[in-house]
Amino acid sequence: MISQFFVLSQRGDNIVFRDYRGEVAKGSAEIFFRKVKFWKEDGQEEAPPVFNVDGVSYFHVKVVGLLFVATTRVNVSPSLVLELLQRIARVIKDYLGVLSEDSLRKNFVLVYELLDEVIDFGYMQTTSTEVLKSYIFNEPIVVDAARLQPLGPAAIFMQGTKRMPGTAITKSVVANEPGGRKREEIFVDIIEKISVTFSSSGYILTSEIDGTIQMKSYLTGNPEIRLALNEDLSIGRGGESANDYRSSYGSGAVILDDCNFHESVRLDSFDMDRTLALVPPDGEFPVMNYRMTQEFKPPFHINCLIEEAGHLKAEVILKVRAEFPSNITANTVVLEMPLPKYTTRASFELEPGVTGQRTDFKGANKKLEWDLEKFVGGVEHTLRAKLTFSQELHELWFNSANIIKEAGPVSMTFTIPMYNVSRLQVKYLQIAKKSSSYNPYRWVRYVTQANSYVARI
Amino acid sequence: MAPPAQSQRSPSPSQPSGKSEVSDLKLQLRQLAGSRAPGVDDSKRELFKKVISYMTIGIDVSSLFGEMVMCSATSDIVLKKMCYLYVGNYAKVNPDLALLTINFLQRDCRDEDPMIRGLALRSLCSLRVANLVEYLVGPLGSGLKDSNSYVRMVAVMGVLKLYHISASTCIDADFPSILKHLMLHDSDTQVVANCLSALQEIWSAEASTSEEASREREALISKPVIYYLLNRIKEFSEWAQCLVLELVTKYVPSDSSEIFDIMNLLEDRLQHANGAVVLATIRVFLQLTLSMTDVHQQVYERIKAPLLTLVSSGSPEQSYAVLSHLHLLVMRAPYVFSSDYKHFYCQYNEPSYVKRLKLEMLTAVANESNTYEIVTELCEYAANVDIPIARESIRAVGKIALQQYDVNAIVDRLLQFLEMEKDYVTAEALVLVKDLLRKYPQWSHDCIAVVGNISSKNVQEPKAKAALIWMLGEYSQDMQDAPYVLESLVENWDEEHSAEVRLHLLTAVMKCFFKRPPETQSALGAALAAGIADFHQDVHDRALFYYRILRYNVSVAERVVNPPKQAVSVFADTQSSEIKDRIFDEFNSLSVLYQKPSYMFTDKEHRVPLEFADELGNLSIGEAANNVVPTQMVEENDKDLLLTTSEKEETKGSRNNGSAYTVPYDGSSTSVFASQAQIESAVSNPTLAGHSPQASFAIDDLLGLGIPATPAVPSPPQLKLNTKAALDPSTFQQKWRQLPVALSQEISVNPQGVAALTAPQALLRHMQSHSIHCIASGGQSPNFKFFFFAQKFEESSNYLVECVINTSSAKAQVKIKADDQNTSQDFSTLFESAFSKFGTS
Repeated sequence: MISQFFVLSQRGDNIVFRDYRGEVAKGSAEIFFRKVKFWKEDGQEEAPPVFNVDGVSYFHVKVVGLLFVATTRVNVSPSLVLELLQRIARVIKDYLGVLSEDSLRKNFVLVYELLDEVIDFGYMQTTSTEVLKSYIFNEPIVVDAARLQPLGPAAIFMQGTKRMPGTAITKSVVANEPGGRKREEIFVDIIEKISVTFSSSGYILTSEIDGTIQMKSYLTGNPEIRLALNEDLSIGRGGESANDYRSSYGSGAVILDDCNFHESVRLDSFDMDRTLALVPPDGEFPVMNYRMTQEFKPPFHINCLIEEAGHLKAEVILKVRAEFPSNITANTVVLEMPLPKYTTRASFELEPGVTGQRTDFKGANKKLEWDLEKFVGGVEHTLRAKLTFSQELHELWFNSANIIKEAGPVSMTFTIPMYNVSRLQVKYLQIAKKSSSYNPYRWVRYVTQANSYVARI
Repeated sequence: MAPPAQSQRSPSPSQPSGKSEVSDLKLQLRQLAGSRAPGVDDSKRELFKKVISYMTIGIDVSSLFGEMVMCSATSDIVLKKMCYLYVGNYAKVNPDLALLTINFLQRDCRDEDPMIRGLALRSLCSLRVANLVEYLVGPLGSGLKDSNSYVRMVAVMGVLKLYHISASTCIDADFPSILKHLMLHDSDTQVVANCLSALQEIWSAEASTSEEASREREALISKPVIYYLLNRIKEFSEWAQCLVLELVTKYVPSDSSEIFDIMNLLEDRLQHANGAVVLATIRVFLQLTLSMTDVHQQVYERIKAPLLTLVSSGSPEQSYAVLSHLHLLVMRAPYVFSSDYKHFYCQYNEPSYVKRLKLEMLTAVANESNTYEIVTELCEYAANVDIPIARESIRAVGKIALQQYDVNAIVDRLLQFLEMEKDYVTAEALVLVKDLLRKYPQWSHDCIAVVGNISSKNVQEPKAKAALIWMLGEYSQDMQDAPYVLESLVENWDEEHSAEVRLHLLTAVMKCFFKRPPETQSALGAALAAGIADFHQDVHDRALFYYRILRYNVSVAERVVNPPKQAVSVFADTQSSEIKDRIFDEFNSLSVLYQKPSYMFTDKEHRVPLEFADELGNLSIGEAANNVVPTQMVEENDKDLLLTTSEKEETKGSRNNGSAYTVPYDGSSTSVFASQAQIESAVSNPTLAGHSPQASFAIDDLLGLGIPATPAVPSPPQLKLNTKAALDPSTFQQKWRQLPVALSQEISVNPQGVAALTAPQALLRHMQSHSIHCIASGGQSPNFKFFFFAQKFEESSNYLVECVINTSSAKAQVKIKADDQNTSQDFSTLFESAFSKFGTS
């Protein structure tokens, strides 16, 4: 049970504010914003998603730079409220097509309409876009998606790859297409976030895949859908310990540690033929989340070398190799590495003739940054950085062992469209046919993203 | 709903200054009100939107009330909704104007479109104007009977709203019993769910004054209702499922086959993608199996994978909420998770609050087989750019060292920290080495060699400096230049800003003096002189005390200040196990995130309904809950009432020390905050010095805590009670509900007893000396209420007692419940005899 719900902009302005129970004073948004902004005097630490001020608990989630906040005075389930906030954001996005400060401001009457049906007197009523459709009468005012920074995991499909219909992800579930006709289509995205930690000697310390099969349906009449996964898929690692990585490698089978499903999913034949049956509700939702610690081939190999290079100078050589096929290209690749705090200057040397790469030395936090717009499979890139250290530095301190102690680890972020490391696949997507001519567009897309990709040095 | 005026930067059409725009709108609305021209609704929509947008950015548009109401005569639902929004916002501040709306809202409640009926009813109930409640009863009554489920759903919430505006109107109209009927018979699950929410709130609020309401509240968790809801659980929305699951948590099944039935039924809820459903299910599983140790264990194993999946899917915020619960379980049963330690490794981009939880989990799961890897990982974090986390990582290494038997490798690592030459790393490591030496004095040789190389000039943080000085004093015989280092520190006395460090310095110089008198004498003289002249009261007092005791007798002084010490075996925990149990009872709530039981952060009137544990909680904090008191005080009060004496020593120690991580110093002499009294008592009876139990008795007496002087009266032979009986509050509450009253009687309280009840804790201690333990207590003179329990010696048969004492009538009402009914009479005799001795011994 919650007391109030509000959405704040990054500057702390109220965009919508709904008081359901009148138990919490009106100034709560201001109290909340001040607390979040100045959580610790030094500004170093982020405020946790839930905190209590004078008996009022504040919950918040950050979505596209906006703060979705709920308040309450009772001891509720935090998961329930945080899940709800996330869900409200998703419902609004389903309706508006694009979730942004601009679209919210333009559609605040519609948003109030939604909020009235989602929550009544602080109790959740429904967050199903499907159910809400019959209660909502305002038409969304669609904002121009092209001008907006695309956000969320699905947004990656909008950049670069021409194969994707760019407007789909930002299409409202209720608004009609300009031609008055709705395009029949369904999107299934397999999004995998991977975490890998390499030791200083280059072997894998930990690795994990957190995957989700996300669906967004624009099919009229909600036909039933069958989604077939790998037949050799198995779930649960039985008695084995979770960090025994070797056991299954090379056998070809995909072994998930665990997974969970959206409530619309029926698992009647899952045990037999690994098929999920569901009647997809309108809007975007995760069909299945899964987690995997089975060994996989990391998409990038990182090699970092630090050497002394004369008086108060050192050289960093950073090599990255893409271990995926050459018909696949990673984009928005960024490498970061903290340098010793005595570093005063860094000059960079890229390979001759490369384009689309940028380097930077952030003097304030002593960080090396290397951006690569594109990274083609099978290719290796190298960066050389010459560091100059402060004169104040004690001669005795200066040796490569100490430099290494003060530098690193190298962290990397990237997005690889049309590639997934787990080998989990959607073998087919079957839509129960209404007529022989009914053949909606089906988009099955894969993407791999770095969650925490770290190489120690 | 109106957002405060700060959102001025809203890109609304034109920035209106206020008045002229509003009167402009008024005119336009008035023109449209009577018009029947085609397209009039579209113009109205535009105007309404403008009004709402003014309202959102904080311009007062209440003067348009009349015109808005006039324009609401329309069949356009979008217009109606905007009008309702407007009315809902201004009705409360303009109750007179609100009366204007009643008419059209009531008419809409009878509209043929169920959508309009529902909306109108919701708006009608949301006016929150007390003198309009009479207009609500009729529409609500027909709303509850409406053929459309949307209207019924809204009407049910409307009843709850009415209850909050005027409880008596709601009860008089007999709405709760209509809701009860709907809850059990309506075909729409959301109507059922809303009935459940409303009834829980209403009956919990009524229960304090009405016997019947409290019976109805109990009936919600009766078998038929629970089974009815459980059998339909998959028809409910995910949010309503959480509601039902929460209710099931409070249900007490009659036998184990029922428990397994429920668990089998709910098994697949653990695979739900909604974390809230999974956590609610886990809570049911944990609660149901509390008394079945091995099944409880299996539950831990079963829920591990779903929890880990939830942690890694979803937004960072959701995963934090789940991780906090995982943290709680790891702390309770670390061995279950010891092979999953890699899941608790920190990722570089995680926020500090997540890393901190993970560090604690890593510390907890460390055992013989994984310590090496965990410590290696933690050492990586020690070099982290995030300094607070680097510090915590070093502390974690130290904690693991303190909980392990084989500390060999860890000591080496800690010593390496000292050589890292980062000031904060050195500081943390020094504090750890000090603690380590207090537990494993055998390592002193290796450690001292390294510590001796640290220049005190490089150590600035008071805690670290104090630790270094403590080691200099304690091991001055092994450190060549200890007296000279101390001497130079004394010379810089005036520059030392921390009183803690100066106190330590005094004690260290004393200790050094006893071991190496010729080298230290001059430093000691200087230290005492500086100490006596110190402006800080504690420093001054300690210096003066040292001075006097040295003059009195040097060998006594040595026995007091530097007695032989025993290694510390276990450092006190910062949180009592009672508090932890209570947090566990409140699984899947904010208590887990705040790591505090709910009574510490919620007001009394906002406690979750239907929680027996809350009643116990209220009782135990007694009057503190009635008045507004700072949390800290509530906490202390609570501990006073609930803790046994020995635990109180621990908490006192840790509280004195301030930080959760620095463990209290043991023994008498080294204590920074050693009480004057303690030392004095040691002086008067030198043989006692250093024997902390005795010494702390002395403190207790001085603080007036009144340790019972009499030994336990031997129990009658026919019934022996377990002196160390243990029972957690949730089991108590479960049993209290399950068991019938075996005996109920009135005992008179003797006058001494009445007098002694001015401090109710005294009774708890008294009863405890008779092996009857208190689990909760509270009340204010003249009425006190206590819940006791006792266990049969060498059997797990429990006795539960509720004892209500009225000091003005000197009578106690005693209710006894027992697992073994046959012996309840014996127990009653025992209880009565113990009780009657209260105050006389």
